Amino acid sequence: MQKEQDQILNEVTSGEYKYGFYTDIEQDSLSKGLNEDVIRTISDKKGEPEFMLEFRLKAYRHWLTMKMPRWAHLNIPEIDYQDQIYYSAPKQKAKLKSLDEVDPELLETFNKLGIPLEEQKHLSGVAVDAVMDSVSVKTTFKETLAELGIIFCSFSEAVREYPDLVKQYMGSVVPYTDNFFAALNSAVFSDGSFCYIPKGVKCPMELSTYFRINAANTGQFERTLIVAEDNTYVSYLEGCTAPMRDENQLHAAIVEIVALENAEVKYATVQNWYPGNKEGKGGIYNFVTKRGICKGDNSKISWTQVETGSAITWKYPSCILRGHNTTGEFYSVAVTNNYQQADTGTKMIHIGKNSKSIIVSKGISAGRSNNSYRGLVKVLRGAENARNFSQCDSLLLGDKCGAHTFPYIESDNHTAVIEHEATTSKIGEDQIFYCNQRGISTEDAIGLIVNGYAKEVLNKLPMEFAVEAQKLLQISLEGSVG
Amino acid sequence: MLVIKNLRVSIDNQEILKGIDLEVNAGEVHAIMGPNGSGKSTLASVLAGRDLYQITSGKVLYKGEDLLEKSPEERAKEGLFLGFQYPIEIPGVSMANFMRTAMNEIRKYKGLEPLTSSEFLKKMREKKDLIEISSSLTNRSVNEGFSGGEKKKNEIFQMAMFEPELAILDETDSGLDIDALRIVARGVNNMKSPLNSTIVITHYQRLLEYIVPDFVHVLYNGRIVKSGGKDLALLLEEKGYEWVRSESVNM
Ligand SMILES: Nc1ncnc2c1ncn2[C@@H]1O[C@H](COP(=O)(O)OP(=O)(O)OP(=O)(O)O)[C@@H](O)[C@H]1O
Ligand SMILES: [Mg+2]
Repeated sequence: MQKEQDQILNEVTSGEYKYGFYTDIEQDSLSKGLNEDVIRTISDKKGEPEFMLEFRLKAYRHWLTMKMPRWAHLNIPEIDYQDQIYYSAPKQKAKLKSLDEVDPELLETFNKLGIPLEEQKHLSGVAVDAVMDSVSVKTTFKETLAELGIIFCSFSEAVREYPDLVKQYMGSVVPYTDNFFAALNSAVFSDGSFCYIPKGVKCPMELSTYFRINAANTGQFERTLIVAEDNTYVSYLEGCTAPMRDENQLHAAIVEIVALENAEVKYATVQNWYPGNKEGKGGIYNFVTKRGICKGDNSKISWTQVETGSAITWKYPSCILRGHNTTGEFYSVAVTNNYQQADTGTKMIHIGKNSKSIIVSKGISAGRSNNSYRGLVKVLRGAENARNFSQCDSLLLGDKCGAHTFPYIESDNHTAVIEHEATTSKIGEDQIFYCNQRGISTEDAIGLIVNGYAKEVLNKLPMEFAVEAQKLLQISLEGSVG
Repeated sequence: MLVIKNLRVSIDNQEILKGIDLEVNAGEVHAIMGPNGSGKSTLASVLAGRDLYQITSGKVLYKGEDLLEKSPEERAKEGLFLGFQYPIEIPGVSMANFMRTAMNEIRKYKGLEPLTSSEFLKKMREKKDLIEISSSLTNRSVNEGFSGGEKKKNEIFQMAMFEPELAILDETDSGLDIDALRIVARGVNNMKSPLNSTIVITHYQRLLEYIVPDFVHVLYNGRIVKSGGKDLALLLEEKGYEWVRSESVNM
């Protein structure tokens, strides 16, 4: 009986990856390898000002002194950083009439991914920056947003057009010295999104960036910077996919958020990089540093992530609660299946008085995967009345997978109240049978149960994406449970 | 509707059902009574397709087809409904989502279009009124935090929604207050037609005052040791199972 169950479990979690196609488009790529010349070339190709090149070179020289972190509960194979391509851009074939025009082949690629780039076809109320490999392909609704003074453009464009803003904020939340991958990203980052909300403006539409890796042997190193001035609001969504390949591909990104007084920033991620095949071959190595600072009083940063892809995920979206009465939130669903490994969580650093943080982490492990939550709640001496509540749940599908929880608490203020709850449960065969008895197949039952389990987090996503995320959870677990 | 022949069932090599024979025709209501541990729930589970058990011999025909080779969900789609003795909680899944998913699966199987939201909600309102179950329950997650009685009532609500051909109610009356009991009976009686059958598993003759069975069977130690009309329940209540035991020894 146990055997049968395992079999159903296996079947349910072995779903196919829908976004694994490759667009055969001519690429303008550098050859493999990393050195100062490569960095100069990248900077040159992007037409960057001098300060940017200097920043890159400093980061690179620092990176050379660093070692890859080994503390995560991950089995990371040796990565040869000289065996990667650090810049690859799809070549525009036809001479296009206007700058805003996009190569039809690229349009088609994004259409296939469900991300139409023609504004009239797109989900109303969502502006998209579409990034393929090392460059931004198109940013929609730029003009509409500009009328409100909102800047939403590719990072490369921001470096050229708004160098002062970039200079002021880039690296202010995640300095290049922060960690190995942050240093690497700072040296070679290619593109990403930049978003600036001027004082008093509530952004009327969802902003989103869609990252697509297409080229082979190429690392993706994007960088996103969001600056929300006083009394602002913005909701941001990030999605990502990659073709199916037998080789692993490297992705090391940085996201920085600055929230000034009374600003609220919501950042949601639906991470669906190619996870590798059933035998654990291929897939993206996903090493990401995401951090926001609630700099001004009464500001709020909220991270929501649905992590279903990547062979390896190393990611800890964090909040520095510098201002008084600030709020940091982290809502996470991380699904691992087959041979995927995830070590993810958050850091909440309480500096301001009455700062609050909430952590809700839902891990779901299936197959032979490993899923760890790692979180730090740190209360500094001055953070009177800091509050944290953490809820870390793990759901196991089958008995070959692992779930681990590593909560760290450091408090230097006795008025702080920190609560931590953790549960581990197995998906109940009685739950599945109950669904079966009502006519629901085991596969659908698992989808239903898992989505119910993750509901608290999925509810935090913008409506349009919550539905997608629900489907994604179910697909990721196809072939896994019984 | 249902024909069970010499059904033997074991769990971990221990025989629990030791040769069951039972025939339920369309339009009939059967009651199964019997002491704790006699195998009533086991029988219900096996009929619903729970795979915890080894079926060592016997045959079950449902609507003329081999029931035992069908998956649990196929059985459900063919109109078999089990009211669980211990209904299961599914946190985070709303009753509406759960039932709608299930009902549309069943409809798909029958080649019908899925119910639209408004059709579904209309039906839900109708059945909610019939079963007198409050929206505060049906708006919650499946059975999550329901009291024992509320869970039972929710099973009957689902039965009313699914309109099964064969309903097996495993001690749905246990833990119900008197009013709820009447409502449950109303739910069952309301569904009664020449085309539908019901098997009620119960310990109490009280329920049978409301749901009048055509037949009463006594399951004792894995066997049906006595069958009769509705009066058998009265006799049982009067004399207890010891009486059946001595009778069955004589058999
Ligand atoms: N999963 C199981 N593992 C071991 N024994 C089991 C299992 N399920 C049932 N049994 C045993 O089978 C016998 C019949 O159980 P069953 O639940 O069918 O009884 P019942 O007639 O429904 O009793 P009750 O009136 O208490 O509900 C009991 O002795 C029980 O302990
Ligand atoms: Mg029982």
